[in-house]
Amino acid sequence: MKLAVDLHIHSGLSPCAEFTMTPNNIINMAKLKGLDAIAITDHNSLKNIEVFLKVANKNDIICIPGVEITTKEEVHVLGYFETIESVREFQRIIDMHLPRDKNNKEMFGNQLIYDENDNIIGEEQMLLSRSIGLSLEEIIDEIRKLNGIPIPAHINRNRFSIISNLGFINPELKINAIEICGYGDLKSVEKLCPNFESYNKIYSSDAHSLGQILEREFFVEVERQSIKCIINALEKSNK
Amino acid sequence: MYKIEKLIENLQLEIVSKNIDITDMNMSGVYIGDLLSWVMGNIKPGDAWITIQTHVNIVAVAALGDASCIIIPENAEIDESTIQKSEEQDIPIFRSNLTAYELACKISRLVDKK
Repeated sequence: MKLAVDLHIHSGLSPCAEFTMTPNNIINMAKLKGLDAIAITDHNSLKNIEVFLKVANKNDIICIPGVEITTKEEVHVLGYFETIESVREFQRIIDMHLPRDKNNKEMFGNQLIYDENDNIIGEEQMLLSRSIGLSLEEIIDEIRKLNGIPIPAHINRNRFSIISNLGFINPELKINAIEICGYGDLKSVEKLCPNFESYNKIYSSDAHSLGQILEREFFVEVERQSIKCIINALEKSNK
Repeated sequence: MYKIEKLIENLQLEIVSKNIDITDMNMSGVYIGDLLSWVMGNIKPGDAWITIQTHVNIVAVAALGDASCIIIPENAEIDESTIQKSEEQDIPIFRSNLTAYELACKISRLVDKK
């Protein structure tokens, strides 16, 4: 079966996201838009994942646990995980490597942690929009070790992308899929990306506000409607 | 043209890729940049390239742009795979505790003196 998905959405935990990006708002907007599954991918943190899973479960929609890591090279890489254990373990790895700089809310924005009724129950104190002290290869390895799927984010943008920062995609990297976001130049990417054809492409919104969430625009082909099946489908061709 | 050997001596650069014969190598200018997509389009052949980016891809970018060498400022840590690749590609990597700005100023004084 084909599922309509948007696998790159920021909650209010990401300093750059709008204050409306609460669990119930996002889940309900995703339902209104007719999506079958979403993924929450905050910058360098998975601290809202468990509440999103609860709210998604209640509303009969799939939420994939995810994260958007900023590597040492300032490349954004998405990681998708299947289990809560992997989510907690990956959060532990981030905690070890995120620089201890306090967030300046006026400058960067709020970093909010919610409960399942959208109440703010905490704030992340460390600034999440820093690069963590691990290289692209190290991050990819850590995600793979937890049976997660690493996907370089918005490769068609001219900042924080593997192409803009590192010039090209090294074919030796252990990745099978790349993400493309709404705007940005695809032609120049194809030129700099050896084997562009061979990568599975994931189209996502990188939504920082409710309106940006995709409609039924991008689909993955799965056998069953489950987190496991969707994650597995990310590296298979969905043409 | 300025001899790489003299550059190392005068700036007291640490030689990171040890298995490269630099005796006959020269540099013609200096380029500074860390966004590799930008560097690819703008570095000139013969440039010594100063970058804080130490990912293995810097070697390929230097090779494509025909850079004479790569200088890593501020004693940044360099991945082992990057050093290995630089020796394979014959593009030497040096390192300094100076900043990119300080390195560029010193190189400018050296080259002008000549």
